[in-house]
Amino acid sequence: MTKTEPAAGSVRRLAGTLHRRPRLQLSLLLSAPLTWLVLAYLGSLAALFMSAFWTTDTFTSNVVKVWSGDNFKTLVTAEVYREVALRSVGVALAVTVICAVIAFPIAFFTARIAAPRWRPLLVVAILTPLWASYLVKAYAWRIILAEGGLLEWMLSPLGLDGPGYGLTATILVLTYLWLPYMILPIHTGLEQIPENLLDASSDLGARTGRTFRSVVLPVLLPSIAAGSVFTFSLSLGDYISVQIVGGKTQLIGNLIYSNITLDLPLAAALGTVPVVIIVFYLLAVRRTGALSSL
Amino acid sequence: MNLSRPARITLRVAAVLGFAVIYVPLFLVLINSLNPDRSSGWPPPGITFHWWADAWGSAGARHALVTSLKAGVGATAAALVLGTLIAFAIQRFKFFGREALSFVVVLPIALPGIVTGVALNTAFRTVLEPFGVGLGLFTVVVGHATFCVVVVYNNVIARLRRMPGSYEEAAMDLGANTFRAFVDITFPLVRSALVAGGLLAFALSFDEIIVTTFTAGPDTQTLPIWIFSNMARPQQAPVVNVVAAVLVLLSVIPIYLAQRLSSDTASGSRI
Repeated sequence: MTKTEPAAGSVRRLAGTLHRRPRLQLSLLLSAPLTWLVLAYLGSLAALFMSAFWTTDTFTSNVVKVWSGDNFKTLVTAEVYREVALRSVGVALAVTVICAVIAFPIAFFTARIAAPRWRPLLVVAILTPLWASYLVKAYAWRIILAEGGLLEWMLSPLGLDGPGYGLTATILVLTYLWLPYMILPIHTGLEQIPENLLDASSDLGARTGRTFRSVVLPVLLPSIAAGSVFTFSLSLGDYISVQIVGGKTQLIGNLIYSNITLDLPLAAALGTVPVVIIVFYLLAVRRTGALSSL
Repeated sequence: MNLSRPARITLRVAAVLGFAVIYVPLFLVLINSLNPDRSSGWPPPGITFHWWADAWGSAGARHALVTSLKAGVGATAAALVLGTLIAFAIQRFKFFGREALSFVVVLPIALPGIVTGVALNTAFRTVLEPFGVGLGLFTVVVGHATFCVVVVYNNVIARLRRMPGSYEEAAMDLGANTFRAFVDITFPLVRSALVAGGLLAFALSFDEIIVTTFTAGPDTQTLPIWIFSNMARPQQAPVVNVVAAVLVLLSVIPIYLAQRLSSDTASGSRI
């Protein structure tokens, strides 16, 4: 017998114990992740939202731990916050709609018009920009939109002006950043529509437009909803792109950011706005059955 | 669908235009790293490799790259362990709160980064600082791992769903114990899912800026933080251009690796 015998024996005993006790196995599997996710992550989230009900001493900027709903009252009554919150939702919706409109012809081409042997390659071409750094892409647009940049050079012979830095540029850049997240689910959705479904529609006398409205669009709705989860929630929380190309534009993320050091409770209260909107959006989208396909 | 010829041509043109718009900014970044004009004006007045030499010598950029690599490796390792554990627990067991757990895993990536960032920042400062642990590389790794868990979890659970439990049972019938069955049967079958998940986790961590801003502290600069803080400085602009070009070129590596992995991993998408 070799020296490793006792060690091997205890390993086998342990394995046997584990096998007989699935609950023990489960608790061993879950203890580390639960400590991390529930205790550390959910705990700190809960603490943050608790602090939204605290206030700040205006002179010292110290947090005063007295329960009050003042921050939320400010949120609803102050003109600035209402305006910025509405603008942020507007930007997120605009980005989502523009992404869907641009994504559709591209996805239609890659899924149904391009020769089948090219299709896998085209999917790679859609995915490739997602691996390039977020910051690099936003920075590229900063250069394109700059005075004396590519866009001005392209537009000036036509007598046009570029948008410059501002709200339009922010929407443009966010659309560019999240577009692949919209193309991909629509591509998958279009690919899965069986050809005979479309044939049946035209056999029954529907023209292209009618087939599109009555067959393609309803089938695609979950795909569009799935893509919109990304375009909407990623746009709503963004504050970096706004800083890079937005000029003086402020979105809800910027407000949260600028309040963190001076008034953490107010920042926390502001933070609840995108969270609540996104949770409601996810619940609404779940009804289309889109979340299960993510 | 029987589309008319003009409709097909229109769609083709629209798609070509779309792809052009998607790729122009990326190529522009590459060209700009060779642009002698400090303010990156268009068209470039010539070509220079001067900035590449400058960037090579830039201590700040190099240091930031090393920090990013360390943070990425640390976060990926933590995410691989946690994500795999959760995937096995959820796929193999029925327990109270199973649905809720599978939702909590997705939460860090679904909520805006700034909310996660501020929450972790406050928690770290109140819990860790009394123990003398300040914000730094460790807290960045913790923050990144929190949202990287989901990609590993998604990949592993997708694989486990498709893997019949009978393989492991067969191994056990042949006398293998729990560990032996895992090492010889289960692990080889989930390995490529782990690679795909790890790749995604590393890419997410390497690119992250918002959570990093709140968990890094003043002395820890990852590459995105370095780029962001130097972007608006005219003096640093050419070096930033080169770093951006390098990042665009480097993104070819994960694309190549993702293509090599089997197609049933979720390696294609970043979520």
